[in-house]
Amino acid sequence: MSLLYTEEQKELLALVREMAENEIKPYVKEADEKGECPRELFKWGFDMGLHMLEIPEEYGGTGLSYETTAMIFEELAKVDAGYAITFVTTFVALRNVILAGTKEQGQYFADKIRPGSFAGFALTEPNAGSDPAAMRSTAVLDGDEYILNGTKTFITNGALSDVFVGFFKTTPAAGHKGISAFIIDADAPGVTVGAHENKMGLRLSNTTDLIFENVRVKASAMVGPEGSGFKLALNALNLSRAFVATLAVGIMQRALDESVKYAKERKQFGTPIIKFQMVQALLADMAIKVEASRCLVNNTMRMMDQGIMVQKEGSICKTFVSDCAQEVTSNAVQIFGGYGYSKEYPVEKLMRDCKVFQIFEGANQIQRMTIANVLDKEYR
Amino acid sequence: MNIVVCIKQVPDTTEIKIDPVKNTLIRTGVPSIMNPFDKNALETGLSLKDRYGGKVTVISMGPPQAKAVLREALSMGADEAYLVTDRAFGGSDTYATSYILSQAIKKLGDFDVILGGKQAIDGDTGQTAPSIAEHLGAARLTYILDLEADGDKVIARRQVEEGIEVIEARFPILCTATKESNKPRYATIKRKIASLKAEIPEITLADLPDADVSKMGLKGSPTKVKATFTPKRTACGVTIEGNTPGEIANALIGKLADGKIL
Repeated sequence: MSLLYTEEQKELLALVREMAENEIKPYVKEADEKGECPRELFKWGFDMGLHMLEIPEEYGGTGLSYETTAMIFEELAKVDAGYAITFVTTFVALRNVILAGTKEQGQYFADKIRPGSFAGFALTEPNAGSDPAAMRSTAVLDGDEYILNGTKTFITNGALSDVFVGFFKTTPAAGHKGISAFIIDADAPGVTVGAHENKMGLRLSNTTDLIFENVRVKASAMVGPEGSGFKLALNALNLSRAFVATLAVGIMQRALDESVKYAKERKQFGTPIIKFQMVQALLADMAIKVEASRCLVNNTMRMMDQGIMVQKEGSICKTFVSDCAQEVTSNAVQIFGGYGYSKEYPVEKLMRDCKVFQIFEGANQIQRMTIANVLDKEYR
Repeated sequence: MNIVVCIKQVPDTTEIKIDPVKNTLIRTGVPSIMNPFDKNALETGLSLKDRYGGKVTVISMGPPQAKAVLREALSMGADEAYLVTDRAFGGSDTYATSYILSQAIKKLGDFDVILGGKQAIDGDTGQTAPSIAEHLGAARLTYILDLEADGDKVIARRQVEEGIEVIEARFPILCTATKESNKPRYATIKRKIASLKAEIPEITLADLPDADVSKMGLKGSPTKVKATFTPKRTACGVTIEGNTPGEIANALIGKLADGKIL
């Protein structure tokens, strides 16, 4: 392990590991095959408080640092990253309402989540992925209410959430600056959960369409000033990028753990394959990528704990780590050989699970644009 | 409801290895854990508190490092924890230990329920908790699966060899829990952090002025260990071989019938 953990961190990691190994791991294979995650499985995480670890104590959270929270979520992702991201999405949504909204809005959102509920972020639309300004969903003021209309897609926790942060155009012609954010209860009339996505990986994570048809919300449900939705979304992504990176580290560490174990057991030509130099090179390169990724995540988290925006650093972190994860998990399959390609063994799932990390929270191509734009400004 | 749970720190027997030369247990480097049955007892106590309200106090006798299991109990939801520790308590057998613990419990005040595991996985005697009931004059209910309070009475379901026994008793009571009693809860992250910082008060001989010192420690222990040894294996297994599963099953049934087992 590349980090120096405090005694407290070691204790917390041991606790989460014990829970995840005993209560979650036995059900992962079946849930992955079915593409669903039974709600009972999340009870363990809620009881432990995993949905509000880094939320300040005044909102009923545990008040942990981002750094320690990330360590805990890496541990959880070793068992299943889809399970982990269900909680990450929830606390990132809550954290952003706390950061961008009023004290009352933060409290309202926290009160919804605390007893054991999920939240989601409704931003992406069928024709507005990397380019949110192209969104078509609208919010029209009517007295002291807004009427929301539109279709959102790829919404993590879509069918699980009790509350959403949704993004709608209050000024359709204004591009980025026409987007505003709203708090929307999932049971508000007019909110419909659409089809569940049959995904390649992260199959324990719930991903659906969300349809808004004449949904009425109070004007006071707007988070931040009118037109500030795009900025809120970017800030939320700054926060979530490093968190999805920590999940990718968990996937990679699992791939390495499984690969070393297998390479020591598997014999060919009368010798455990870990004794062959070409296998050794694969394993060493995997270990290098895992360690470097974990250090990068840790450093980004510590910057976030200092209140630094990490626009560039979060993008670097997510891009580097998710690119590493492709190679590491692919090589894990390589080390397992034909068995690695079989669903009987655990590594093919890791390869499927990690692909989306290059895509979501901003595709890695967009990340590179962001990094280059910041560089351009920095060297002016 | 005032609930006291007695817990013991034991070596994790799943991690114990045998020295192949000396044939003895290798104790160095073996992690210490809360006795698993005591964890069930703690869960029983915590769920009683969830249902009826009150307070859960955990108590353990042992050296200072036993505070680790007391902290674990706090992280799971216990309200208070005390370590009973003194050089004078060293070398106590189950009689002396149960006497000392009963005196410490008396000092803590009135109680309704005392809980403990059915036995510890290191000594396996199963004597200490029931003996505490004798010292304190409490009703003793061993191997309980669950409890239901009804005024000053309690209805308990006990696991016995023949099945489940339903019995009634009056408070105060002492119960022992088994693996089948429940599934112990996990700590919350919040409580875990608090437990690591918690001060754990000690109860020493000086805190028990009315206790009889002649019933404590090595001198107060009637049990004398004459020898410990690994018993010789007197029987060994038989491998039944055959060409088909049916053939093997038939051979096995034949042997069981010959041995008058079937």
